Amino acid sequence: MSTDQIKFAQQFIEAIPHAKALGMTVTNLQDGVAELEMPYDDRFIGDPDTGVISGGAISALMDTCCGAAVVSHPDMNGATATIDLRIDYMRAAKPGDRIIARAEVYHMTRTVAFVRATSHDNDPDNPVATATGAFTAEKTS
Amino acid sequence: MSRPRPEPVQVVKQRRDATLTALVQSIPYCEFLAIEFDRRGDELTGIMRYRETNIGNPLLPALHGGATAAFLEITAVIGLSWSRLWQDMESGALSLDDLENGQLPRLPKTIDFTVDYLRSGLPRDAYARARINRSGRRYASVHVEAWQDHRDKLFAQATGHFLMPQKPSV
Repeated sequence: MSTDQIKFAQQFIEAIPHAKALGMTVTNLQDGVAELEMPYDDRFIGDPDTGVISGGAISALMDTCCGAAVVSHPDMNGATATIDLRIDYMRAAKPGDRIIARAEVYHMTRTVAFVRATSHDNDPDNPVATATGAFTAEKTS
Repeated sequence: MSRPRPEPVQVVKQRRDATLTALVQSIPYCEFLAIEFDRRGDELTGIMRYRETNIGNPLLPALHGGATAAFLEITAVIGLSWSRLWQDMESGALSLDDLENGQLPRLPKTIDFTVDYLRSGLPRDAYARARINRSGRRYASVHVEAWQDHRDKLFAQATGHFLMPQKPSV
């Protein structure tokens, strides 16, 4: 990423109080693709027996990652909002490990961006969850 | 011919409220999002208190889609657990001391969850109720609706499938 892109990525996440509260950081953000990370934190636990992160925290990471991918799309003008998001939970995330998410806009119309995302806890071939979503868009004319 | 004398109201309430509190407090993420539950008989209403850290768009401002999704999912999980717990709780099979010591039955696991965002979440308290459409031995399907000012103006709804915890075989 160029210095400008890194700056844009940092500003993007800093401006979202919920993403900031979850400790998310952007590692890549350009051309309709976003990569985000979220640290492990005891406050995010959803299953007290195992210490596994709540599905809700993974949803928040995937939603933010998809939204970031949309606003980084070269044809995109302005902000976005989630229309719908489906998440499949493949397996429990390993307690103690950060979660890494990657989202890409695979199709964009004048008004809608279609996005796919996956997240894993260090092995990209063994995902924790995958998501597909539709987001509002405004194309630059 | 006569039915047994019903338990005193405070005994019934204490048992049910203690069970619900133990269930909700066992999940750290509820505290992070400021989620609590209100109970009327066996009916639960999830409440996500307004908190600045649940905001996704500070310009509007609007709740973060991820906070909304998590709220709906937790409402579904608590609703499912609660319906399974009810029978054991009422029969006395579930010991209150065990519950308070954190000895809770395993929670259902989310298989998939689809959220439909209908309007932006306003910066104020949100409410949600889950409806269990099917709860089998292994799988369950749950629908959740969330609203803010008007019960009939939903701001989000969701459907999810869950893997039910298996009772330990004896």
